[in-house]
Amino acid sequence: MTILVVAEHDNQHLKAATRHVLAAAQAIGGEVHVLVAGQGCSTVAEAARTLPGVTCVKLAQGEALASAGAENMTDLVLGLAREYTHLLGAASAIGKNWMPRLAAKLDVAQISDIIRVDSPDTFTRPIYAGSIWATVRSVDPIKVITVRTTAFQAVAETGGAARLELVTGMTDSGLSRRTDLRLNILSRPELEAARVVVSGGRGLGSAERYRELLEPLADKLNAALGASRAAVDLGYVPNDYQVGQTGKVVAPDLYIAVGISGAIQHLAGMKTSRVIVAINKDPDAPIFAVADYGLVGDLNQVVPELTAVL
Amino acid sequence: MKVLVPVKRVLDYNIKARPKADGSGVELTGLKMSMNPFDEIAMEAAIRLKESGQATEIIAVSCGALTCQDTLRTALALGADRAVLVETEVELQPLAVAKLLKALVIREQPGLVICGKQAIDDDSNQTGQMLAALLGWAQATFASRIELGEGSASITREIDGGLETLSIRLPAVITTDLRLNEPRYATLPNIMKAKKKPLESVTPDTLEVDVRPRLTLIKVSEPPARQGGIKVKDVAQLLDKLKNEAKVI
Ligand SMILES: Cc1cc2nc3c(=O)[nH]c(=O)nc-3n(C[C@H](O)[C@H](O)[C@H](O)COP(=O)(O)OP(=O)(O)OC[C@H]3O[C@@H](n4cnc5c(N)ncnc54)[C@H](O)[C@@H]3O)c2cc1C
Repeated sequence: MTILVVAEHDNQHLKAATRHVLAAAQAIGGEVHVLVAGQGCSTVAEAARTLPGVTCVKLAQGEALASAGAENMTDLVLGLAREYTHLLGAASAIGKNWMPRLAAKLDVAQISDIIRVDSPDTFTRPIYAGSIWATVRSVDPIKVITVRTTAFQAVAETGGAARLELVTGMTDSGLSRRTDLRLNILSRPELEAARVVVSGGRGLGSAERYRELLEPLADKLNAALGASRAAVDLGYVPNDYQVGQTGKVVAPDLYIAVGISGAIQHLAGMKTSRVIVAINKDPDAPIFAVADYGLVGDLNQVVPELTAVL
Repeated sequence: MKVLVPVKRVLDYNIKARPKADGSGVELTGLKMSMNPFDEIAMEAAIRLKESGQATEIIAVSCGALTCQDTLRTALALGADRAVLVETEVELQPLAVAKLLKALVIREQPGLVICGKQAIDDDSNQTGQMLAALLGWAQATFASRIELGEGSASITREIDGGLETLSIRLPAVITTDLRLNEPRYATLPNIMKAKKKPLESVTPDTLEVDVRPRLTLIKVSEPPARQGGIKVKDVAQLLDKLKNEAKVI
């Protein structure tokens, strides 16, 4: 068995997600290679070479790969796929975008969002917003898998000394081209990687209140900010703050849900956090069923009080 | 330009799914089924393209058991012009659905396929991307804005950390994210009219598609339940618990 892990990165930094995916690869067993595909990303490849247990890092660079577009990523990995029994990537916006395309080109199923490796061909994944776990076996010769990073503890950053191989001959499909990129400027930790997440819902009432109440609290805790779908739909925060079934899945040490009712679609994105705190004025809100510490009260009063004593 | 919109019949999002007692599958008997919410957004996007004169015809497609006709009738009531049911009792996985849709795309020659980004039952998030792959078309997933041009489209996508805009060649497959639009409801007169709109039935066999599952379901189970905790009486007690009991701050 040889496994190819596709690195998650932004052409400058190797993202922590890669080390979680690597943990899933090691749970499958066998030799592990890492692919770094992008443009101007040789520092990422250098970082990948030190990952423990990786024997080979493949580096593919070119204009066509700069934005990790689905068509070109697929064509690239298609050329490498036959060497491998398993192709693994993170179930991130990038992995979810291109890996099913690859699977279809290989005429194999994709196993999405795995949370457990039962054996090299059998995996467990959440369905129905995490209400149910399904254990599935793949009969395909190549397994294309996206990994829910929060379900696998990251391997260390260093310890390995992989050889570097350059991949050449990339082409541009010409089907798609990035014309604009708007990244939110973050002055705090990334949602997926943060140790503490402060998340706000409809109960905040407005974008201003969200900022006034939650930013100081997040500052005190060096926390990332998240939100329910309702808070995003109402325009309190940008889209990619959304935690849940159809947003991001997080599992920080501490998740503080403020003015969030705890719909199943929201719980799907945070219920494996180590410690959950809920602040809500409704004592019957479903969020309290998963919260380690629930505080019934008006968030307008409780949140500033908490911020003040931290 | 024709637009093809695949719609899936799923357990309504308000209902908590439970495994069957023997772990062989998900209990669906007697429960409310609805159109997958992301497919409602896809339908809405197609309807708006038609209303603005950019699309000429909307074809809704559903793959599965005969009961998927209900979902197709909903699509017709919302604004699809006609519907195609690919009828089968086989449990369909995303790759099989993509192959069925490909066969219909070849027959219908739409300029655009708009899918939901994921079905809220199996949460796979695969079908649109797979269809684009099989057709060799461009794809734009997780769309929050669609602007059609001559032979190309400009699509804004929700990505980690922000938004990206792609210029893609048409024909293409687009998958919808939550913020693309707010779907309308079907009105009673339109529900009545939908009953007269054409709904055709085909089968995987007539489309010459092998739909056998590639993943074998071993079992389904309920995830370990999270132990509920306690209610604290005030901020001071919360702080104490976080510091001294949970030791997270
Ligand atoms: C297809 C689909 C996908 C979805 N995906 C997601 C997803 O990924 N993530 C997600 O979060 N949701 C998702 N949802 C939406 C989900 O069903 C809920 O509608 C949403 O999570 C509710 O957000 P909320 O808790 O902020 O709002 P509400 O449910 O309205 O809750 C607001 C809470 O604030 C409390 N509150 C109000 N005022 C105060 C106050 N002054 N002090 C204290 N508490 C107060 C209220 O008691 C209430 O509990 C999805 C829905 C669908 C259909």
